Amino acid sequence: MPEIKVTPLGAGQDVGRSCILVSIGGKNIMLDCGMHMGYNDDRRFPDFSYITQNGRLTDFLDCVIISHFHLDHCGALPFMSEMVGYDGPIYMTHPTKAICPILLEDFRKITVDKKGETNFFTSQMIKDCMKKVVPLNLHQTVQVDDELEIKAYYAGHVLGAAMVHIKVGSESVVYTGDYNMTPDRHLGAAWIDKCRPDILISESTYATTIRDSKRCRERDFLKKVHESIERGGKVLIPVFALGRAQELCILLETFWERMNLKAPIYFSTGLTEKANHYYKLFITWTNQKIRKTFVQRNMFEFKHIKAFDRSYADNPGPMVVFATPGMLHAGQSLQIFKKWAGNEKNMVIMPGYCVQGTIGHKILNGQRKLEMEGRSTLDVKLQVEYMSFSAHADAKGIMQLIRMAEPRNMLLVHGEAVKMEFLKGKIEQEFSIDCYMPANGETVTVTTNPSVPVDISLNLLKREMALGGPLPDPKKPRTMHGTLIMKENSLKLVSSEQALKELGLNEHQLRFTCRVQLQDPHSDTDTLHRIYTHLKSVLKGYTIQHLPDGTVMVESIVIKVSSSTEDPNTKVLLLSWSYQDEDLGSFLSTLLKKGLPSGLC
Amino acid sequence: MAAHLKKRVYEEFSKVVQIPHEEAPAKKLRLSKPSKSAALHIDLCKATNSTDALQYLLHFARKPVETESVEGVVRILLEHYYKETDNSVRLKIASLLGLLSKTQGFSPDCIVDDAINTLGNEKSHQVLAQLMDTLLVIGTQLPESPAVRQRLIEVACKHLSDTYFGVRNKCLQLLGCLGMVDTPLTKDNEGLGISLVPLKLRDVQSIISDYFGDQDPRVRTAALKAMLQLHERGMKIHEIIYDQACRLLSDDYEQVRSAAVQMVWVLSHLYPESIVPIPSSNEEIRLVDDAFGKISHMVSDGSWMVRVQAAKTLGSMLQVSPQFLEQTLDKKLMSDLRRKRTAHERAKELFTSGEFSSGRKWADDAPKEKLDTNTVNLIASGACGAFVHGLEDEMFEVRIAAVEALCQLARSSASFAEKCLDFLVDMFNDEIEEVRLQSIHVLREISTHITLREDQLDTVLAVLEDSSRDIREALHELICYTNVSTKECVQLALLELLKNLNKYPTDRNSVWKCLKFMGSRHPTLVLPLVPELLSTHPYFDTPEPDMDDPAYIAVLVLVFNAAKSCPTMPALFSDHTFRHYSYLRDSLSHLVPPLRLPGNGLDLVDSRCGLGSVESAQLFLQQSLNRVSTIQNLEAPGAQDLLDFTIRDLRRLGELQTELAGAADFCATYLRCQLLLMKVVGVLSILEETYKLEFLYSGLDSRQVATIHHVRLQAKALQLILTARTRLDSLISSCEKFLQDIESFQRLFLTELPHLQDSFVDKLLELMPRLSSCKPVELVKILQTTLRQSGLLQLRLPEQIHRATATIIEPTGESDNPLRFTTGLVVALDIDATLEHVQDPQNNVKVQVLYPDGQSHVIHPKPGDFRKPGPDRHRLITQVYLSHTAWTEPSQIEVRLLLAYSSSSTSLSSPSKLGWSDSIDSLPTPETAVEGTIPFSKPVKVYIMPKPARR
Repeated sequence: MPEIKVTPLGAGQDVGRSCILVSIGGKNIMLDCGMHMGYNDDRRFPDFSYITQNGRLTDFLDCVIISHFHLDHCGALPFMSEMVGYDGPIYMTHPTKAICPILLEDFRKITVDKKGETNFFTSQMIKDCMKKVVPLNLHQTVQVDDELEIKAYYAGHVLGAAMVHIKVGSESVVYTGDYNMTPDRHLGAAWIDKCRPDILISESTYATTIRDSKRCRERDFLKKVHESIERGGKVLIPVFALGRAQELCILLETFWERMNLKAPIYFSTGLTEKANHYYKLFITWTNQKIRKTFVQRNMFEFKHIKAFDRSYADNPGPMVVFATPGMLHAGQSLQIFKKWAGNEKNMVIMPGYCVQGTIGHKILNGQRKLEMEGRSTLDVKLQVEYMSFSAHADAKGIMQLIRMAEPRNMLLVHGEAVKMEFLKGKIEQEFSIDCYMPANGETVTVTTNPSVPVDISLNLLKREMALGGPLPDPKKPRTMHGTLIMKENSLKLVSSEQALKELGLNEHQLRFTCRVQLQDPHSDTDTLHRIYTHLKSVLKGYTIQHLPDGTVMVESIVIKVSSSTEDPNTKVLLLSWSYQDEDLGSFLSTLLKKGLPSGLC
Repeated sequence: MAAHLKKRVYEEFSKVVQIPHEEAPAKKLRLSKPSKSAALHIDLCKATNSTDALQYLLHFARKPVETESVEGVVRILLEHYYKETDNSVRLKIASLLGLLSKTQGFSPDCIVDDAINTLGNEKSHQVLAQLMDTLLVIGTQLPESPAVRQRLIEVACKHLSDTYFGVRNKCLQLLGCLGMVDTPLTKDNEGLGISLVPLKLRDVQSIISDYFGDQDPRVRTAALKAMLQLHERGMKIHEIIYDQACRLLSDDYEQVRSAAVQMVWVLSHLYPESIVPIPSSNEEIRLVDDAFGKISHMVSDGSWMVRVQAAKTLGSMLQVSPQFLEQTLDKKLMSDLRRKRTAHERAKELFTSGEFSSGRKWADDAPKEKLDTNTVNLIASGACGAFVHGLEDEMFEVRIAAVEALCQLARSSASFAEKCLDFLVDMFNDEIEEVRLQSIHVLREISTHITLREDQLDTVLAVLEDSSRDIREALHELICYTNVSTKECVQLALLELLKNLNKYPTDRNSVWKCLKFMGSRHPTLVLPLVPELLSTHPYFDTPEPDMDDPAYIAVLVLVFNAAKSCPTMPALFSDHTFRHYSYLRDSLSHLVPPLRLPGNGLDLVDSRCGLGSVESAQLFLQQSLNRVSTIQNLEAPGAQDLLDFTIRDLRRLGELQTELAGAADFCATYLRCQLLLMKVVGVLSILEETYKLEFLYSGLDSRQVATIHHVRLQAKALQLILTARTRLDSLISSCEKFLQDIESFQRLFLTELPHLQDSFVDKLLELMPRLSSCKPVELVKILQTTLRQSGLLQLRLPEQIHRATATIIEPTGESDNPLRFTTGLVVALDIDATLEHVQDPQNNVKVQVLYPDGQSHVIHPKPGDFRKPGPDRHRLITQVYLSHTAWTEPSQIEVRLLLAYSSSSTSLSSPSKLGWSDSIDSLPTPETAVEGTIPFSKPVKVYIMPKPARR
């Protein structure tokens, strides 16, 4: 039986360095090629030696697909393609292709320039790597080679995030990447058609969470900002440069517009500006509202949000500032925080999760006195708020996607093992399909039951249709007669006559003959006549002929009568039929064996 | 053959000229045109190839065909059909047959056989499908002949096994439209067709339901639609269909799912109380609950069309059990497998625990108890959380549908209304304005059931700062109907409204109105706030606030309206409050109610409120009308005096009793017309008044319209008599016109004529044969005598009658600062007006601008400028552009609203005869159509100053 094999090199029962190998129909595909945020050594990249110990990967991989631009999904790409060596096609959507190099370059700068690492990929390598990228459009079926085709679906999550449907023959796999089933202020919800893949590989970051509605969170967020501004306070929102930041910007921008507010909003510059530029361009990837209104005004051309300058932090009056990084551990957000922490009118809103040890984590846990470097302490008087804005599907969302795609098997990645365990149980219970959750390096093998396509000749099909009842019933299998020809890798079902003609064979007739003894005192001709009338009365709707040469024909079955040499009363009936008429022939023989009814004249 | 055909056609051609004379004498003026059929035949014979023929047919289809020649045309077309080898031409012919059968007055039973015969040897599937469509049209045109239908149904059943989906589709459609509906009639003659008829009855449904499993999704859809069609035509769908329909809910194709949702919905209405088993358990539930659960499930479908359909449908399933209904709002949150409270629950808890702040602590949404993994149900079974999903949907269409459905369900269930409140309030924060607006409207509609909590009110009031005027006004409307629970709520609302007033001064009227209702709704809650609101102090005199401050007026409106039903309140007022009261009572009488104030000599009990009830006013109105009816017996001066007095009385009554203003005004205007007629003066003004009577008042029945037209006819007669004295040259044409008027009157009010006994028109109609033959001078004489003899036509008191009114709120006309602009350029003037009882304002209401030099412009506002804040009420907010040549001084222009009318637009006018073709070149306007405008608002003066352009 054909099999599909899935091996996660990263993200198996884990979050980070997503990299999943899939072998399907003899093709090898790598899904995502990310890095792990938590490590600084070799473990930060997937272990490519799993594929080959030495030499390039090109011979072993047919294609690489990147789902979206987050570094844990594409961070190892230049390393893989340039340093390990891969020259095949790399597929990603247009926005991902545009934004991905910006992030990679930023990542490179931090590791090489700030941390001083050597043996890391260079700017040139990023450029070379991006040259290998083939862009994808949504719902566009791309033929990687003759057999392998891929198709991208909208995934929400971040701009340009896609789910991919990979298909070889009738076997298929869907990889979701990260996705979001509830729309937000700038992106729509993930959608897939009922493609019924053999395996659905889904992320499961929030496998054990069902979230409250987005609207409540948004309202809370806006209310907090609004109240603080009205009091004349300053609001600091530490964010990561891409993704949520844009959502929050849109949220605040529209709110400012709606409420006619005048307080300035600033965004600390950096890579955001470049990224915002792409957000403006890829309007088709955003949500309904932005797509519909961009003709009047592109929502990403912010009216109220301006670039931040270091000196603005000391300006009097209320203001809102978005600053990077998101956990308050360094950089601009920390500087501003230090300046504003002393005033209780001010506020800091943490829109995401903070790693232990960062200032963000400390203040969220209620610490009011912070020790800074140089033994100084900082009194935190400003208000600290926490708002979770996350764009992963929650447990309900994952279930909803399964319902949409109707896969035959389920495979969970990108999540914690314990949480997966729960979701796995639920999926198996609700949908009664198999669910797998392999660890890194562990291979899951799923046997498939592919259908074999056979060309059927139209004439044959029509003939069979005509034989059947008036109602074609798609649910019921039907048997039909035909000849299967296997020739040059193609299968054809044709009528037997055509098959003979095509193969240049002679037709061999196969006839069954059978003798039936009958006690009948009449003469041969009379007996034959009696048989004729008997059959005529029994087989209505069949053509029965009494031929002058002393035979009776029922369709193509010949019946002859001769007297036995010993006993003239014992008549020997000779039946002969071709194998096509087997049914009717055997019926006749059994019928005649019972003898003729006496009432016949 | 061709020659024979041509002959036949020409025979018919000659008939066309004759028939109208014989059969329809009323249409005497119609011109007879040469028959289309003849031309068509010639064209088709000329056609050398199929493209040409197609061109001719297309050209032919653009023009209407007279009823009389339809059959001839059909024959020609059929003749060509058999000869034609090209599929596309045959297809067009088939479609033309269908169109032709729709011609008014043509009965297609004569072509049924021919049409069915054509099916016999048709090979092309497309043409076959079109022919089935034609048969469907023919069938629907012949609702009275069951035999034809029976035949068509048989034909359809035969072709159901066609391999092409289009043919199957059309056959199913035909079955749906023509399939026998179970009528009581068939039960009566059971003796006749006992076996046949019920058999057929069952058949149509089971035949259609066979195709629920067709391989083509389009056919499945068609089958479902056909079934729905049967339902619409009154056939009772069998309950067994339910299971099949439910199975189709999980179809791969969205059209099928969408139709299936409708089907399930229909069945849930037919058999709400049936019991259906729940699969995989041995429990049973009501069918309507089961259907509700299944449709709820569709709210999270993959296709947004289906989601919209499902969300809409949910709204009308009112019979569902409460526990299922409440499940739709259910959403259990969990975080790391621990139960989490929703923000709504937290808000409620905070409120009940008395703590005011919300969500300041970072862990306050920290998960609480640990969940048992077995009990967590991730797939929403049944109705679970349907609305939670719907309201969070990606597409605003779905969200709107969900909001509307919530509204419908909440209106019928108070407890559900209470529950959905939080969700609706959340929707105030939607990103699309339409959705926000809709949810505010919905909340207003269900506000009778609910009392807002403080935290909810807080969220609601936050929207008051919205920059969109529509949103704010909708919210004001909502606050008018809202009940609140505590005095803090009242204070909060007042505070926010004042803030709103401060930010958007144009909202003045709306905010005041809002506070008026707020005050009269919550007198006891306002009472403890009074000293604070009026800033009175037990010992010290406080400075008198500025009377012109809109905020202060707002506070006073609140307090005075509360004081109306709270007699202890005035004791808390200080002296200037009383003075301000009497000032406001006069200047803003619609906002400030009459108060019974104690002491200080001021008898502020208003004389105006001492009036009797509506009933007594009604009685008075009736009596006045009765008195007028005795007028025949009076001498001329006495009669005129009586009319004069009655008119005066009625006008005053209208002013006093606003409920009857429309009726009283209507009667007064009518009597004025009579008075003028009696006095034989002001013919033109009578005509004008009759148009006002007809178009300015809504709620007239045909009897009253007839009476008005009758007065108009009298006025026209009078006009004719007067013209006859002065100008004889145009007399003949005027007479003819008058005769036409009488005729059209007769045609329009055929049913009303019996009520017009002894009236002017009655007498005229008696004399009609003589009138139409006699000379103009003679006619005038007859008119003169009839007019004199005919008496007053008794006006029946209209039951519900409203006068269309308009008030221009903005510009106020108070500004002394001229609007300056450069000549040759335009200046935009904002107009804000309320319209009441205006039908179809989008088409009828216009803005007129009158310049001092007599120039006038009429501006037609965009349909989008009209809003509908309530029943029978419209709001016009628009901009008109002004421009003029340079003036030396600033001067005033007048702005007013006009109501446009056209007599052809009355519902009673004869239905215009439309051709059968799909494109109508020009609609014939009835020759009697009169168009004009009636000013129906007080003009407002605007000071403008066009400056000469500087070079």
